[in-house]
Amino acid sequence: MGARLWAVLALAALLPVAAGAAGATVRVAHLEIVGDARYDATRLEFRGLALPLGRPYAGAEVALREARFVGKAIGVEFALERVAGADAGELTAAVARLNEEGVRYFLIDAEAAVVAEVARALRGRELLLFNVSAPDDALRGAQCQPHLLHTAPSHAMQADALAQYLVSKKWRSVLLLQGPLPEDALLAQAFERAAKRFGLKIAERRAFVLSNDPRQREQGNVALLTAGAEYDVVLVADSDGEFARGVPYRGVLARPVVGSEGLVASAWHWAWERHGAPQLNARVEKHAGRKMAAPDWAAWMAVKTVVEAVVRTANAPFAAVSAYIKGDEITLDGFKGNRLGYRPWNNQLRQPLLLATHNAVIERAPIDGFLHQHNNLDTLGYDQRDSGCAF
Amino acid sequence: MKPNIAATLLLTTALASGAAYAKGTGYVFVSSEKDHAVTVLDGKSWQVVKTIATGERPRDMRLSPERNELYVVSSEDGRVDVIDIAQLKLTRSLPVGEDPEMFDLSADGKRLYVTNEEDAQVSVIDVASGTLAAAIEVGEEPEGVRLGPDGRRLYVTSEVANMVHVIDTASHEILANVVVGNRPRRFAITPDGAEVWVTAELGGQVTILDGANNTVKGAVTFTPKGFRADDVTPVGIVMTRDGRTAYVTLGRANHVAVVDVASRKVEAMILVGKRAWGAALNRDESRLLVVNGLSDDISIVDTKSRKVLRSVPVGRVPHSVVVDD
Repeated sequence: MGARLWAVLALAALLPVAAGAAGATVRVAHLEIVGDARYDATRLEFRGLALPLGRPYAGAEVALREARFVGKAIGVEFALERVAGADAGELTAAVARLNEEGVRYFLIDAEAAVVAEVARALRGRELLLFNVSAPDDALRGAQCQPHLLHTAPSHAMQADALAQYLVSKKWRSVLLLQGPLPEDALLAQAFERAAKRFGLKIAERRAFVLSNDPRQREQGNVALLTAGAEYDVVLVADSDGEFARGVPYRGVLARPVVGSEGLVASAWHWAWERHGAPQLNARVEKHAGRKMAAPDWAAWMAVKTVVEAVVRTANAPFAAVSAYIKGDEITLDGFKGNRLGYRPWNNQLRQPLLLATHNAVIERAPIDGFLHQHNNLDTLGYDQRDSGCAF
Repeated sequence: MKPNIAATLLLTTALASGAAYAKGTGYVFVSSEKDHAVTVLDGKSWQVVKTIATGERPRDMRLSPERNELYVVSSEDGRVDVIDIAQLKLTRSLPVGEDPEMFDLSADGKRLYVTNEEDAQVSVIDVASGTLAAAIEVGEEPEGVRLGPDGRRLYVTSEVANMVHVIDTASHEILANVVVGNRPRRFAITPDGAEVWVTAELGGQVTILDGANNTVKGAVTFTPKGFRADDVTPVGIVMTRDGRTAYVTLGRANHVAVVDVASRKVEAMILVGKRAWGAALNRDESRLLVVNGLSDDISIVDTKSRKVLRSVPVGRVPHSVVVDD
């Protein structure tokens, strides 16, 4: 890595001298869906451990503020605009319009189906789209696109992080409680894959429903759901979160709860206090009036990616910036201790995940001892050889 | 220079009444972020002599020019505490703005230059009056701050902007912003000021700036055995007085690199404790003291044999070390 990095550094170092004359503006647009159910006020209210705390646009804004100084110093102004649409069609049209105006970098905060549709419609255009909130593995697999990058961790990464933790605790036998939604099935599938990968046993898989109906009590009552089986830990696969929050302490056995409640694998948690995290948390809290959560981090990271690449390439043409972002040289600082960059086989940002409770970070994955031949971060999620992505 | 020092001496003595000159006490001072205290060790027996309570989260430390006082920055309390070395007592505190982490002290002892992480500024504090003389806006999360040997230039890192700011200490204007390796942390400067070495924690390197024209002129990378490039996270750096040798602490790689400054060659790697950050040399430079933030101890290295002589337990999450021998 030495020689090339050094060349880029030298180039960047010369810039301040030349700066001031050029008044280039690098625009970043943030796309979101009007009335996105994930940010429904009542849902945000109960602060599920695996749920957002607000719209991730706040994270993008904080990253933009951080870029002010470096921008001024190299003679580039970074700008951020917010675009809301009713559906994938509206967002696609907005992107097409902005792209004609010269906007090359887009953040998309939407559910997987919308992300997939927008990304498909924009194939071949000169732009990059950063997925900041959809964890679905399919977006990184069969639906992958060369211009679609993911700063949000995938279901597979989250499940692997959790599985590593369970293995490290020797909690090898898992009771899997799965909700009725298609997204719950995706969570369960991801965990089944992780269990196989790291040698955990799924003692039993049971379906739950969020209901007080006495005719459905076998599926609605946590005590009944957790009875009559032997296991070390309960894993709740509940994308909605409302059932999951009632699981801890209601089981018949004294077993920890993980997955969508209890202990969750996440891109970020406000209780993380190493590698400059307190300063970042404070900036977001000051700016947004609330704590920072995983989607905020992902949006922050996407804007930081663009800024880093523009700075290191001395605001080179799009093709060079895009190549730098996807290349080996890029060093992204996610405030999680490791050098981050994108996996060339599926454009997923490799990153440590935080295993957190409601007010503490218990561990950081990859857990010590889980090794990979190239980069230990690749023990989380789909590795090159099992990636289903063909660009 | 002389009259200046005399004046400062008088002033300091007047302020810290009863302060006696304590030169070469043999004490080793270690700040502990989670104990809110400075641990004082006897440099011979390595026994704890005293634990001095400071403000919350003490981090960087520096001796006064006369070496009779120790300045300790307390991040959570936004102040620099002054410890009288002869009495081992906290005598006064200077407010230095929100969330300070590192600082430097002018050679005449009159000015403190403090980085305020959350406000993205450098505060210039007049030591005698304890007031803010100037505030300089810099990139987000400024950390390392170091005066050049002639005191005319101030170098500051911004961890988030990945830059070194070069500041004129007379006008407080930024003369240059230099893009360096990622997450730049701390400095060492050659005695002639010709080379400014800055550690880049995530870049895994030391970036070398040309002190005359403020451009990047080289880099040093590290490959300790058994560690991957991504585990090499250089943070602390200290240079011998003759500017010939630099010691760079490699953070997660748990090693200290010994670098020949002229050739930029890594001559040795010394295994120390967990997350080695802070480092300091004793007066005759026979010993290097390394602070291991995650194993709550310091490693004492013999600089001649380049071997660790012993490790000494200190307070929780130690940050910096200063030797008064």
